Amino acid sequence: MSLPLAAAEALHTFQNAAGWEQRARLLMQFGDRLPALDDADKCDANRVHGCESQVWLVGELHDGHWQFSASSDARMIRGLVALLLLRVNGLSATELQQVDLPDWFNQLGLSRQLSPSRSNGLNAVLQRMNELAL
Amino acid sequence: MMIPSPWRADFPAIAALQRQDQTYLDNAATTQKPQALLDALTHYYANGAANVHRAQHLPGAHATQAFEDSRLKVAQWLNAGDSGQIIFTHGATSALNLLAYGLEPLFHPGDEIVISALEHHANLLPWQQLAQRRNLKLVILPLDADGLIDLAAAVHLIGPRTRLLAVSQLSNVLGSWQPLPALLGMAKAQNALTVVDGAQGVVHGRHDVQALGCDFYVFSSHKLYGPDGLGVLFGRNAALEQLKPWQFGGEMVLEANYHDSRFRPAPLGFEAGTPPIASVIGLGATLDYLAGLDQDAVSVHEAALHDYLLRGLAARNGIRLLGKPQLALASFVVEGVHNADLAHLLTEQGIAVRAGHHCAMPLLKSLELAGAIRVSLALYNDSEDLERFFEALDQALELLR
Repeated sequence: MSLPLAAAEALHTFQNAAGWEQRARLLMQFGDRLPALDDADKCDANRVHGCESQVWLVGELHDGHWQFSASSDARMIRGLVALLLLRVNGLSATELQQVDLPDWFNQLGLSRQLSPSRSNGLNAVLQRMNELAL
Repeated sequence: MMIPSPWRADFPAIAALQRQDQTYLDNAATTQKPQALLDALTHYYANGAANVHRAQHLPGAHATQAFEDSRLKVAQWLNAGDSGQIIFTHGATSALNLLAYGLEPLFHPGDEIVISALEHHANLLPWQQLAQRRNLKLVILPLDADGLIDLAAAVHLIGPRTRLLAVSQLSNVLGSWQPLPALLGMAKAQNALTVVDGAQGVVHGRHDVQALGCDFYVFSSHKLYGPDGLGVLFGRNAALEQLKPWQFGGEMVLEANYHDSRFRPAPLGFEAGTPPIASVIGLGATLDYLAGLDQDAVSVHEAALHDYLLRGLAARNGIRLLGKPQLALASFVVEGVHNADLAHLLTEQGIAVRAGHHCAMPLLKSLELAGAIRVSLALYNDSEDLERFFEALDQALELLR
């Protein structure tokens, strides 16, 4: 499965990042670029539970292709979610079910964000995305 | 001024963590273990494990002897004397659940259970669920501005319907000693049972359950530098007579028939099944180690370290402490910074602190906070640990602001 262009660029950027500080700065930049979510979409039904921060995730199928949008009140998780959306937006339903998202974060050098003890919520977001995509 | 810890080398994990570039400041969650404990566990498992209280063979006799020696050491640690019994459970949470189930028949609809607004979920949910089962009223004592249980309010809330008071000795979020003598006095004046959650308190200083005068005192071994999977319940003799067995099985039974049984009195009647034998023996070794320390020196060290922590936090802009921490820990938030972001960046820098609601969700909600960062200290921490934390905090805030 070929990587969407924006995802390929993000991967290149993160793979060239030196150290935790630069990765943190990049995460914040990617989070800042995440398109804003309508206030109406920041509702309880779209809340991803199991996060230390508030995270909302909305997913819609357009012509057989997934389009997710999301937001969070915390910047790091917003960055992580932005990187997630770069990878999955535009995929078909079948492609979404096949994509290896833990591997995606592993390639970005962010696999630790998915360890079971992390309460940042990335795991919960992935799980929610799975539920939506079923 | 440097504050070294003379006991640091007694805890081998601290050096191991340092080699992994980790600074451990999450001691209110659990503690590292002294070498004396590791030696005791190895000795027990390497020299012949056996079940306790039933086997007639020699390994069983040795295990039982070591197990009961630990019970004695815990009783001495709390100065229980012959005022009550030490019951081993599978954790502080288990001990509190034992109380909430074992005392259940004493409660009638409309009776009141009094707890405080700062309770850990372990000392909230068992009582909340008991109240729901028995149609009781759960009364919540409010806090004053400093994070202490408000005695002026308590006077009115602890009344003739109060059947039981359950409060923390030391808050795991606010780091403040609670005014136990006054509260226990109010409860006793109403003939209510008293339960003290000593999970945090027992770790700092020595406590005397006879002087305290509570009916029940609960703590967990692993926060007191001991093994996990083990809780301690002290019960005063008269109070234990009112406690019914909760869990049933081996060891707690005196005589069993197919359709009825008779049970042992405390402590064994409340220790159904095989207890965590190695952990009990290990806790005994930990208490031996702790008893060998100069307690005054430990207290002075902990106070100096806590002062260092508070001064360092005060020197930084925008930091707001939760309550007025007196010892052991400090929880804080930073203006304009999400605690999840701060936690993320501290973790990146190898600082092990806790972020979130600290198992006290209602307390955090009442403070209108989604979460907070908590730094919690142990006797093996030193000022260099705190310096590393402050450096990481400055770096994180520089990035986030």
